[in-house]
Amino acid sequence: MKEFGYERAADVSGALALLDADPDARFLGGGTNLVDLMKTGVERPARLVDVRELPLDRIESTEDGGLHIGATVTNSDLAAHPDVRRRYPALTQAVLAGASGQLRNMATVGGNLLQRTRCGYFADVSKPCNKRVPGSGCPAIEGEHHNHAILGASDHCVATHPSDLGVALAAFDAVVSYETTDGPGELPLTDLYLPVGDTPHLETALPPGALITGVTLPPAPAGAVSRYRKVRERASYAFAIGSIAAALDVRDGVVHEVRLAFGAVASRPWRARAAEAALTGGPVDAAAFAAAADAELAAAEPLPHNGYKVTLMRNLVVAVLSELAEEAAR
Amino acid sequence: MATAPPSTYSAVTLNINGEKHTLTVDHRTTLLDALRERLDMTGTKKGCDQGQCGACTVLLDKRRAVACLQLAVAAEGREITTIEGVAEGDRLHPVQQAFLDLDGYQCGYCTPGQICSAVAVIEEHAAGWPSAATDDVRPEAGPPPLTAEEIRERMSGNLCRCGAYVSIVQAVARAAEADARAAQDAPDTQGAPAAQGTEHEGAAA
Amino acid sequence: MTTTTTGTTTGGTAVRAVGTAHSRVEGRDKVTGAARYAAEIPFTELAYGWLVLSTVTRGRISSVEDAPVLAMPGVLAVLHHGNAPRVDIDYVGMLGMRPDPTVAVFQHDRVPHAGWPVALVVAETSEQAREAAEALVVHYEEEPHDVAFSAGHADAYSMPGPAGPGVTGKGDLEAQLAASSFVLDAEYSTPEEHHNPMEPHAATAHWDGGRLEVVDSNQGTIWVAAELASLFSLDPASVHVRSEHVGGGFGSKGVRAHQVAAVMAATVLSRPVRVAMTRRQMFSLAGYRSPTTQRVRLGVDAAGRLLALEHSCLSLTSTVHEFIESGAGPARVMYDAPAHHTANRVVRLDVPSPTFMRAPGEAPGSFALESALDELAEKSGIDPIELRVRNEPEVGPVSGLPFSSRNLTACFREGARRFGWADRDPRPGLRREGRWLLGTGTAAASFFAGAAPSTAAATAEADGTFTVRINAADIGTGARTALTLVAADALQVPTDRVRVRIGDSDFGPAMIAGGSMGTRSWAWAVTAAAEELRERMALSDGIPPEGITVRSDTTAAVGALAQKERHSFGAQFAEVAVDVATGEVRVRRMLGIFAAGKIVNPLTARGQFTGGMIWGISMALHEEAVRDRNTGALYGADLAGYHVASNADVPLVEADWVDDPDPDDPVGIKGIGEIGIVGAAAAIANAVWHATGVRHRQLPIRPDRVIRADAHA
Repeated sequence: MKEFGYERAADVSGALALLDADPDARFLGGGTNLVDLMKTGVERPARLVDVRELPLDRIESTEDGGLHIGATVTNSDLAAHPDVRRRYPALTQAVLAGASGQLRNMATVGGNLLQRTRCGYFADVSKPCNKRVPGSGCPAIEGEHHNHAILGASDHCVATHPSDLGVALAAFDAVVSYETTDGPGELPLTDLYLPVGDTPHLETALPPGALITGVTLPPAPAGAVSRYRKVRERASYAFAIGSIAAALDVRDGVVHEVRLAFGAVASRPWRARAAEAALTGGPVDAAAFAAAADAELAAAEPLPHNGYKVTLMRNLVVAVLSELAEEAAR
Repeated sequence: MATAPPSTYSAVTLNINGEKHTLTVDHRTTLLDALRERLDMTGTKKGCDQGQCGACTVLLDKRRAVACLQLAVAAEGREITTIEGVAEGDRLHPVQQAFLDLDGYQCGYCTPGQICSAVAVIEEHAAGWPSAATDDVRPEAGPPPLTAEEIRERMSGNLCRCGAYVSIVQAVARAAEADARAAQDAPDTQGAPAAQGTEHEGAAA
Repeated sequence: MTTTTTGTTTGGTAVRAVGTAHSRVEGRDKVTGAARYAAEIPFTELAYGWLVLSTVTRGRISSVEDAPVLAMPGVLAVLHHGNAPRVDIDYVGMLGMRPDPTVAVFQHDRVPHAGWPVALVVAETSEQAREAAEALVVHYEEEPHDVAFSAGHADAYSMPGPAGPGVTGKGDLEAQLAASSFVLDAEYSTPEEHHNPMEPHAATAHWDGGRLEVVDSNQGTIWVAAELASLFSLDPASVHVRSEHVGGGFGSKGVRAHQVAAVMAATVLSRPVRVAMTRRQMFSLAGYRSPTTQRVRLGVDAAGRLLALEHSCLSLTSTVHEFIESGAGPARVMYDAPAHHTANRVVRLDVPSPTFMRAPGEAPGSFALESALDELAEKSGIDPIELRVRNEPEVGPVSGLPFSSRNLTACFREGARRFGWADRDPRPGLRREGRWLLGTGTAAASFFAGAAPSTAAATAEADGTFTVRINAADIGTGARTALTLVAADALQVPTDRVRVRIGDSDFGPAMIAGGSMGTRSWAWAVTAAAEELRERMALSDGIPPEGITVRSDTTAAVGALAQKERHSFGAQFAEVAVDVATGEVRVRRMLGIFAAGKIVNPLTARGQFTGGMIWGISMALHEEAVRDRNTGALYGADLAGYHVASNADVPLVEADWVDDPDPDDPVGIKGIGEIGIVGAAAAIANAVWHATGVRHRQLPIRPDRVIRADAHA
């Protein structure tokens, strides 16, 4: 880890000014990903601007019945908040499925969304990686990739986004708000992440120097029940190999509204809009769920060792929607 | 625009186990290394240095955190509790006593982290926090009972390679029961460190 | 006042402490954080060394650009093959093995595997050392590598190992297979597995008055001291190694690159130098369990008696050191047949050297053999326990020697009763609970029970207490506490009057913590010294101020043990739940019943057994180091990429034992450190078959493999 400067920002404008003054500076939130990446040499900032104590730590209801979540709210406080648990239970479940109690106490909402992939080649600076060193190659495609992307990847990068929280936020139509020295801006969470293409090192659509200040959730679909399910290679404290956030509103025996997002299958939380379109207005049964999953997964381009994820995601769609249908019927 | 190279050292005051320690730290120094290499407080262990094992678990502002990913310079102003500050003088914390009595360890290296984590798990549960093992996370469902399954999930951020998990879970359960009893006996001391056994008379004197 | 005893005395004292539960004597230090491990002993003027490992898998170092690094803040030295002190590796160590040349760091320019140590950077602080080590530019001439391990590798050869000769054989295998009513022929594989003790390897070295002082984390201080003396051509008496608390070892903590590098740097700089491995470095430098591919062929007659048994195991080793994972070893102990053939083979590849890891040979070997027995039970329609009972051998299948004791059937009977085996429907794929398919499985376990010569000293202090000095290592086994109980009984005093000091090479030769032989070997020496001390005290008028010290040496007594098949045995039971839609496998409960000699301390022994069984869960479902063929290095070499079982993976795991004291041991001990893992993975895999109807012959049983297998089923 190389030497770096450290400043604690007093307010948002101060934080933006500090970052603006030094192109090699990074914002430091909980540090659970950035400090690790600095230790492994993946990140080598010249200066850290600590934003953890900025007054962005509140969760408040919005006028339309949604929720605004400050960027420095910790994962733990988000998961434990009564309004989140009551109105967006899948969001609490997603957060609690991630990392460990210790890491959730440290990690912030903003930092969670900007965490880097856990691809083992990306994390090892002795290996090539197009995301870390553009043009150096992607050893995962010919090498170890059983937990890499099946959707939206490219010949340049097949890494996945590791967030659980982001998957639930994608399902709930979250909007990310940010500040820059030129003023504030907003992005739907599903547009926060750039397509991989031939520029896997360019990960987000945020303007340079932008600071995420919060996430706004519109009201949860009325009458919907929601759930997050995560599959991983041990029962806890592991990244997903496949996950799903789902919300379902059944009226008069048909799907009135449905939200589906997949985790650990793409370079971003994957909103399954094709599946949602196939389901909406249709019957509430396993065959319809499977057909919808197939509609979404038709675009999948698995590698030799991650084709199981297509089966896994299809099975998860059927299982979780069936559970929600049962819950909705109660 | 060019800026002067920033200073890479800072003087910080760390509040550890109720005592203030002032030292100059390299910004690269983690809280874990500050404790172990600068302050000779070696009870907090380095297992992976990457947030992947939990051996370095301490309490920051009464919440558990991994000291290996916490920069020391960023810990200024926070209340830090390490394993050295868990007992009350010579009297072991109920969690420590339960680990000792039920053999909740083998080599002992993950143990301080397990114990700090368990102290926080009992607090988190008492505060009504759900976990990934909780069936219904809605507040209306009420706090989940602290079953073995709940303890296992909540303690999963602390790896134990010796495989002492069975007795760790038993130790956490025993300490949590003692804590619940103490809270019932003395509701007005909520938030204070759990009293050992039923010595509330002594505490009130 | 000092005398020496030969250790030929045997038991006979009134048992008071041995066999009763006793919390760890160092427990309070461990729960308060007061117990100091190797990297936690303070030294003035301490400097920090950081190892630099090769980023290529095979080749030569063409240059080490040390000048820019030496100019960095705080950097004191850069050691590499161009300037490091020379060491000698032409010797045979205490365990009868030549050293792994990996420990002879910085001696030449060759790179034989990824992660080979190429330099040590020493600086005033660990932050400075780390940054300088990362900044050090090393140029290589890279050569093509071969790390591809597969069954039937053309370069495989057999070699002897801990389990005996490379190849054993009797009878006509093909004829007996042809005569069999039921035949099984299956291939199994286990992955590269890493010990990953929670405490990373760390050593601090310094010279003190002409003596080399090393504070280290290891499984035997005299072992490491002797190796360092040989490497650096020093008088063994001038090397002092201490290792009081050890945060796990599992076979990985012998002499390793970190101690040697620390000694070199302390010598060059004339100040204390600490070298600690990072977790990632441990994946290259600490040894590991070789992957295996195994083939098992079994044939039984209509009554379920084995006519043919063949077990062959292929493992790998590095190009610089021979080590073999003897997976075919268990078959030489467990089952006999008129045609009985076993073979352990190894292939040399451009990989780091593997080493002993908890139940070497037995852990992967029992997975294949005990899975095969279960498959054969299925084919023959015989209950898996009954099949094993029918094939209990009278004598060692290969050696022909009698067993010292063999209580495997008693373990199965007791285990079956407690687990509820009698109610089991043997048909697979029938039990469902929500999304989970449920199944149960069993497997047998065995592990060699041996003793090795050790010395001990027992002192009666003038204040009425006793001090026992023995160069034992308590790596979490509870040895320190067990020896306290053993000494108290031999001295016929309460345990609180006995203080056992361990982990100091000045205490003299003793067995290492390994091979499940530590506590037994040490207890023998402690018993001998303590009993002799008690007799001497009875003859003396009071205790002089310097105390009365008796030393023991069990070399002759251990050497006089009759040749027998000496093993612990056990029966493993597991219940699992499998969601074939998501591939998740959860162990719901486990029970292990063991016949493993006298249990000294039931409290800590239970932890040893269940800890081993939990290693079995981890082996069955989680652990796998993935070597990338193109780069030759590991993928995801850390604790997020290499999964060991977390708390949530572990259900109520119970262990218990049947009465089985070893008649030839003064305390009756056999050794319990390793048998817990043996057969555990097979029991789980067998339960997965019972739940789903699908056999998993490749470990770990990962979700992707379950999903794929279900798709093909």
